[in-house]
Amino acid sequence: MAIARAKIKSAGAAKSPLLSAAMFTPAVLYILLIVGGPFLLAIFYAFSDARIGNAEMHFVGLENFRSILQSPSFRVAIRNSFIFTIFSQIVVIIGSNILAIALEKTFRGRGLLRFLILLPWVAPIALGAIGWKWILDSIYSVITWVLVALHIYKPYNAPMWLGEPHLAIASVLLVHSWRLMPFSTVILLAGRTAIPKDIPEAAAVDGAGFWRTQLQIMIPMMRPIISVAVLFGLIFTFTDMTVVYILTAGGPFDSTQTLPSLAFATGIQGSDLAAGAAISLFLVPLLVILAYFMLRVAHRAEVS
Amino acid sequence: MYLQFSRRLFGKAVHVLVLGTFTILLAFPFYWMFITSFKQNLDLYTMENNPFIFNARPTLEHVRFLFAETRFVRWLGNTALVGIVVVAITLLLAVPAAYALARLAGRWGERLGIAIFLTYLVPPTLLFIPLSRVVASLGLQDSLWALILVYPSFTVPFSIWLLMGFFKSIPRELEDAAMVDGLTRFGAFIKMVIPISVSGILTVVIFTFTLVTQEFVYALTFISSESNQMIGVGIPIFLVRGDVYFWGSLMAACLVASLPIAFLYNLFLDRFIAGFTVGAVK
Amino acid sequence: MAVVQTRNLTKVFKEGQLGAVNDVNLETREGEFLVFLGPSGSGKTTLLRMIAGLETPTSGEILIGGQIVNDLSPRERRIAMVFQSYALYPHLSVYKNIAFPLKAQKVPKDQQRPKVEWAAGLLGIGALLDRKPRELSGGERQRVALARAIVREPAVFLLDEPLSNLDAKLRASAREELERFHRRVGTTTIYVTHDQVEAMAMGDRVMVLNKGVVHQLGTPTEVYDNPADTFVATFLGSPPMNLSEIGDVIAGFRPEHFRPASTADAGAVPFRFKVENIEYLGSEWIVSGTLAGGKMDGKKVFSRLASAQTLKLGETYDFAVPRRELKFFDRATEKRVEPRSVTWQ
Repeated sequence: MAIARAKIKSAGAAKSPLLSAAMFTPAVLYILLIVGGPFLLAIFYAFSDARIGNAEMHFVGLENFRSILQSPSFRVAIRNSFIFTIFSQIVVIIGSNILAIALEKTFRGRGLLRFLILLPWVAPIALGAIGWKWILDSIYSVITWVLVALHIYKPYNAPMWLGEPHLAIASVLLVHSWRLMPFSTVILLAGRTAIPKDIPEAAAVDGAGFWRTQLQIMIPMMRPIISVAVLFGLIFTFTDMTVVYILTAGGPFDSTQTLPSLAFATGIQGSDLAAGAAISLFLVPLLVILAYFMLRVAHRAEVS
Repeated sequence: MYLQFSRRLFGKAVHVLVLGTFTILLAFPFYWMFITSFKQNLDLYTMENNPFIFNARPTLEHVRFLFAETRFVRWLGNTALVGIVVVAITLLLAVPAAYALARLAGRWGERLGIAIFLTYLVPPTLLFIPLSRVVASLGLQDSLWALILVYPSFTVPFSIWLLMGFFKSIPRELEDAAMVDGLTRFGAFIKMVIPISVSGILTVVIFTFTLVTQEFVYALTFISSESNQMIGVGIPIFLVRGDVYFWGSLMAACLVASLPIAFLYNLFLDRFIAGFTVGAVK
Repeated sequence: MAVVQTRNLTKVFKEGQLGAVNDVNLETREGEFLVFLGPSGSGKTTLLRMIAGLETPTSGEILIGGQIVNDLSPRERRIAMVFQSYALYPHLSVYKNIAFPLKAQKVPKDQQRPKVEWAAGLLGIGALLDRKPRELSGGERQRVALARAIVREPAVFLLDEPLSNLDAKLRASAREELERFHRRVGTTTIYVTHDQVEAMAMGDRVMVLNKGVVHQLGTPTEVYDNPADTFVATFLGSPPMNLSEIGDVIAGFRPEHFRPASTADAGAVPFRFKVENIEYLGSEWIVSGTLAGGKMDGKKVFSRLASAQTLKLGETYDFAVPRRELKFFDRATEKRVEPRSVTWQ
């Protein structure tokens, strides 16, 4: 048996590096090509004057960046990107923690409820967004109907949910939060079930009531999981263009533009690839920061 | 006795209230899609009617319109086609890569795995501009093959990460035993590991497929003609004639597209979570 | 310091099935160390958890200090519990772990420190206050769990198999520490275990449970030397009591009382014993084999001897059991009955 084992070791060890390289190289090459390549290209375009339909391209230095930074819609876009991302995340953290607590114990119908609660996340983003567009329609909105029925507004006098800048921003925030809530809830739920049952029991015996147990014991213990949910949530919201595109197309008057939606509007609809690329590069700094924190959480999980 | 009882009753009431509120807030749009799909237009567009119920008889007109007079069915076909091919490509690339990184490459394997996972964080909204140019220069504009080429860029990294975790949980002794019995390492991989990993691979299949159906940016950027659309883009963009939204059919389309994906996703939920939580759940 | 009582306490988890705990009546004595002993599934942990308030009884009453506590939450019962896993809060330092119960009872901050230091001093962990639980050894964690329990000066201690997560070597010293701790503080303690050695060593009294029913409640001497039924007789003692049906009773004798006839007194019951297996454990020998001849021919029995060097495998020897060490049990009910004369051959 010992001889057989030695045989395996030598056979495995000798073949391993070659075999393993052969096995992961295709994937690595593909990723370098389709992710790494375009990433470098984006940087390259940002310093050029590339346009759609124009085969030529010249180096223009920081020209694109200069004009972007001066454009008011860019400043609105950056502001909105942060507002949407941060505020929706705050709503989601609080909401999903509450929901995770409520879903912790098994009860009849929990499976069905979980299915219903997951719908916003699993439905294609654009479809959920367009569903909301109908709900927030300026004339036929069901929200308007309810408010009119409650006599808070007169018919035909109700606010335009997607038509007025402040309301439009609120609507986009709402849809982002709505979409992200199930994702965060489900991750937090997994985190909660990983906590051994006798910890909250010990807290109960020690005299802690419901709120103390949750705030001082359970939630602090879930810190790595909450970090993961938050980091992913921030990335998903920050880099998303779909919700804005579908709901408001950036309007009214560019008031709901975000970095990705502005990049799309400029680069594809406006045919100015270079400016679009330059705008989208502004996503990178925050992504790098988020990636760093992601690695930290993963590293800490390995160590403990 | 009563104190305990009333305490528990109150707790239960709050519990029901919380669950009810969240469920309604989250699932309401889908109920709305449902009821809109089957309401007659005159019911739908009459302001005075109570929108929560059917005021006229429900109708299948919108569904009929959707399937008979729009390109909806074609879009479903497009999406299915792209989905299947992308799943195949993803499996071909990700399964061997995940195995190699999980088993054979040691510490560097771990690091490479993390690096690959990080590429998942590079968003399509950054890459879509240069990729549109690449796609055009390859002559793939307005072709589904552009999507088939590009989609694995986000399905492969996450699938590798999912599968790495999965392969690591298979005891090494199984492969050792297979090799003592005469198989080569690669043979052990094909004949022993893959059959055991069917559920992990199935998870990757479902996950990849749902990612394909949900994608929006690339599909919007690369595909222009109506007949080549994917459902994620076709429905919100092409079911509109000018400024007029055919809400009934639109909502029906949303429902038809969303529900099957929701079922699939639900079945494999726990595995997806495991992938996202990166072992932070200990 | 209080007395714990239960009256007709029952817990049924599934309708129609036998309860996890069935009609248990008990009353502790002030300051005693009472052990709930039984195999897994015997209901001992469920019983403990009901006393703690972590499980609601299906019927029956629980009293602590003379007061019915059925409707009180765990924190209102003035009990402290040490869990099998110790359940230390991993994100809090040892100091904060011990202070947590005080914080929960809203003890003013300036009074917390002296109490924590007192509890830590009692258990000798004053030097560990700044550490986190994951940095501690198993024994240290037990002491932190105890400190956290004692800091509230509870009326009753409940311990749920706290030694079972420790490795064998550590278990003995941890056990001794628990005994010393109990002598020091003197709080009424209920201790759950499946290990009969622990029960015998630590308990002032032992309550033997099986399938949710109390078989016997008594001092270690009582349950060992005067078992109430065959279950208690075989559960305590390792190897278990040798039992054999003979006539209309079941006769039993412990392995340590089954010795070579030459060492037994006159009047001991003789047996022919064929040796089939000899185990040398260092401090003693376990010899197993079968009885030859008589009504119990072929019955497998065990013997515990200080020395067995002269015995050979396969050989048959004369062994005997002193008459006073024979126990008798009713064949139908398996309960202990008065000794009676039996014809052995």
